Amino acid sequence: MGFARYFRRARWDRERSEEMESYVQIETDENIARGMPPEQAGAAARRKFGNSTLIREEIYRMNTIVFLDTLARDVRYALRALRHNPVFTAAALLTIAIGIGANTAVFSVVNSVLLRPLPYPKAGQLVALRQLAPGAAGLASFVDGLHLSPSMYFTYAEHNRTFQSLGVWVTGAANVTGLAEPEQVRVVWVSDGVLQALGVAPALGRTLNAQDQIPRGSVPFDFAGRPGTVMLSYGYWQRRFGGDRSVIGRNIAVDSRSLEIVGVMPRGFQVVNAESDLIAPLAFVRGNIILAGFGFNGVGRLKPGVTIAQANADLARLLPVWMNSWSNGPGTNGHIYETWKITPALRALKQDVVGNISDMLWVVMGTIGLVMLIACANVTNLLLVRAETRQQELAVRAALGAGWRRIVRELLVESLMLGLVGGALGMVLADGGLQLLRVIGPANLPRLNETSLDARALAFTLVLSLLSSLVFGLIPALKYAGPRISMALGSSGRTASISRERHRTRNLLVVAQVALALVLLVSAGLMIRTFQALRTVDPGFTAPEHLETLRIAIPDSLIAEPRRVLRTQRDVLDKLAAIPGTSAVGFASEMPMEGFDPNWDNIFAEGKNYDPGQIPPLRFFKYVSPGFFHAAGTRLVLGRELTWAEVEGLRPVVLISENLARELWGSASAALGKRIRQYPNMPWHEVIGIVQDVPETGVHEPAPEIVYWPSMMNNFFGPTPLNALRVVTFVIRSDRTGTEGFLNQIRQAVWSVNASLPAASMRTMQEVYDRSLARTSFTLVMLAIAGAMALILGIVGIYGVISYAVSQRRREIGIRLALGAQPAVLRTMFVRHGLKLACVGVLAGLAAAAGLMQLMKSLLFGISPLDPLTYLSVPVVLVAAAVLASYLPARRAAAVDPVEALKAE
Amino acid sequence: MSKPRSSIQGEMLQGTLDMLVLQTLVLGPAHGHTIAHAIEQRSEDVLQIEHGSLYPALHRLEDRGWIASFWGTSENNRKAKYYRLTPAGRKQLLAQTTRWEQLVRAIGRVLKPASE
Repeated sequence: MGFARYFRRARWDRERSEEMESYVQIETDENIARGMPPEQAGAAARRKFGNSTLIREEIYRMNTIVFLDTLARDVRYALRALRHNPVFTAAALLTIAIGIGANTAVFSVVNSVLLRPLPYPKAGQLVALRQLAPGAAGLASFVDGLHLSPSMYFTYAEHNRTFQSLGVWVTGAANVTGLAEPEQVRVVWVSDGVLQALGVAPALGRTLNAQDQIPRGSVPFDFAGRPGTVMLSYGYWQRRFGGDRSVIGRNIAVDSRSLEIVGVMPRGFQVVNAESDLIAPLAFVRGNIILAGFGFNGVGRLKPGVTIAQANADLARLLPVWMNSWSNGPGTNGHIYETWKITPALRALKQDVVGNISDMLWVVMGTIGLVMLIACANVTNLLLVRAETRQQELAVRAALGAGWRRIVRELLVESLMLGLVGGALGMVLADGGLQLLRVIGPANLPRLNETSLDARALAFTLVLSLLSSLVFGLIPALKYAGPRISMALGSSGRTASISRERHRTRNLLVVAQVALALVLLVSAGLMIRTFQALRTVDPGFTAPEHLETLRIAIPDSLIAEPRRVLRTQRDVLDKLAAIPGTSAVGFASEMPMEGFDPNWDNIFAEGKNYDPGQIPPLRFFKYVSPGFFHAAGTRLVLGRELTWAEVEGLRPVVLISENLARELWGSASAALGKRIRQYPNMPWHEVIGIVQDVPETGVHEPAPEIVYWPSMMNNFFGPTPLNALRVVTFVIRSDRTGTEGFLNQIRQAVWSVNASLPAASMRTMQEVYDRSLARTSFTLVMLAIAGAMALILGIVGIYGVISYAVSQRRREIGIRLALGAQPAVLRTMFVRHGLKLACVGVLAGLAAAAGLMQLMKSLLFGISPLDPLTYLSVPVVLVAAAVLASYLPARRAAAVDPVEALKAE
Repeated sequence: MSKPRSSIQGEMLQGTLDMLVLQTLVLGPAHGHTIAHAIEQRSEDVLQIEHGSLYPALHRLEDRGWIASFWGTSENNRKAKYYRLTPAGRKQLLAQTTRWEQLVRAIGRVLKPASE
């Protein structure tokens, strides 16, 4: 009710005045009737009525919410005061805006990456089907643990009691022809249950269902069902079909097979973290699959109320069922997998998508938060100075009867205005910052495209603005509005400057600023050192800026015969080698750090005894062409590369990595000439070369043990006698990499061999390498920005304190100079003051940094969180900056003209 | 500035004026001038109504919903704001009167102690 009255009070006041006026009229009438002369009658009536304004005021006040009324007045007053002091206001607003802007930007990222649920209905029920297999040697090289095999999928899907639905999926590429130029597109193949689990309705048409997943023939894994259907992603639909709604029912040629488009997924839909153009069915032939084949990602939706632990137990119960129901072929024992100690380790899908990025984001959020604290300290300092200059005004007002609560409130309202206006400006900055972030942000930062300023970010900014207003407003307000105002009136003039106590707050703030700046600079320093350490790791290739890569897939619907596949690849190599400027070419199943799912299995070394109840360690498998190592710049420790005669003649030869050689035979030289094989009826392959260790999954990861097979081999295992690698990465060493002319020549070279072959993902190895370092370099950039801001703010803080001290002590300096003090001595005095503050800050900061940096451990590589070089150099930089910041105002002190200074009063 | 014309008025208990105004309105709607006159006359001029209190009191009573107002014409054709008692006001009057009478009886007993 109060508010309604509050806003109606003007109208009420008018009515009351009218009413009172009518009273006076009536009284006048009566007076006249009693025989008074009219002019006296009116006056008498008014006299009798009394002071109408007083009455109106009383009624007005009855209707007023006093707090609101004075608040509005305070706001107006604060805004006016700020406008009249533009330099102070601009400095404070800029500091706040930068601080809040940076915080809002980073918070939006944290919010959309870590806090917001994934864009699926009831996303909390979704889990990634992860499994640990600590008993499977060699698996540790593969970051994700043990994936699912198709037989596991069937067992889990058919016998579980805790899932609404579950399925498996893989990513890959396919060639789309017949639309424009042949194009390689990203495909996600999904088994039945994946789209059902994710639960997103299509934007158009229908989603794939069990009918689409009926296999065509007897191949165990069919990457297209018998009905030949496919779905489009929203982006691909827009890009290739211009959003045409009549695409449903039309056909496109995918890997030379005509598929019917049955649906389009809505904008932003992804299968877990896989951005794709097409979504295609994955069809398994139930009768032909075996226990092995652990190459599929699993995703599932839990029944309501089921916990991850319950689901883990449910799947663990099914593992013996799995081993009993399937086999790896005659004469094998399925229970051999018991030695792997497989345990289901489901993860919330969000955790799976976000991955280890959360460490990095929280560190960045923390450092940006520290910057905000420093910014607040700076604004507090500004406000303290301002309050000091206004001290007399405040004292006069207090003397005239303003209560100290009233003055505190007024000062706080002023800070609040600063905070809110600064926050609004900060939002603008944050918006710009986010756009910048999307450009420079690491491509492997998940969900970056979902980042936006939403209601939660707005709320965050508002709360941050209010909190920081309180932080920087409360100290000056309480300090200067306190009950001891009366003495300020007396001491404003000559004696005001000397009080040590009055500088204590400001000094403390500067010490805190320096300490925080040190923490930030140390974190930035550690990242720089990490980056350096990563740069020194041999990535397994040389001069990546001169190494062009492209990916070419040859589906068997285009060229069925393996020998012709190899022939085509060799023709492409020859054409590429003929491009002017090319010095070497080769191809392999993948380049390091490209991030494709690796192929891996176990090998047997000749002459070693293997326990039949044990599965030998898993090794990273790569398949290479002759000349590949030379082109990539990968060093051969011993031996030689493959020759075309060996690959085309199916000679049993192989290369292995140095760490594998050492593990199997003790040294590289001992390994040369030894023989290995993958499975019992495969011929023994002779080791003809030892390759340097290559960190395949990124320079921050250990190099796995790798086997390099020829790109075409006899296949004693599957349905076809010969196996040629169909999806390969070509590498071209040339000094013309990246130029448009060169890229065109590459495309022409590929098409001149076969016009249906798209040359996909053309990029230099430098880009691949940078991408793999993206997380580190992004953290580095963010921390460096935070550190630089902290350094600047810290320097400004010291500069401010010293120059304020100088201006306050002008008289004293004047007297000293007049009495013969040396300017140099005075300078030193002020510099020493600044230095003292900096040193105290540095000491406090070192202690804090040593503790806090333990939190950053997971982001560091090759250095300790207590890296001595960082901890030595950062304080030196800070102290030097502090000396400079106090020298400038100190020089002004020494330049004071004693006569001027003494006359100034 | 008007000053108190009656010593009693200054000592009038809080809320008494409200009760008197409500009582006056039992007879029918009236405007501020009439209310003041009626109270003065019926108290035989012992109670002088300070207008500085009357109008805020009217405002307060209206705000609480005990009286309602409407614009009308006075006996000599002046525009005037009339007040009338609402049912809630009637109840309030009863309650206040009862309390007042209890109070008066209690004070009376204290001032004239029983002779026994």
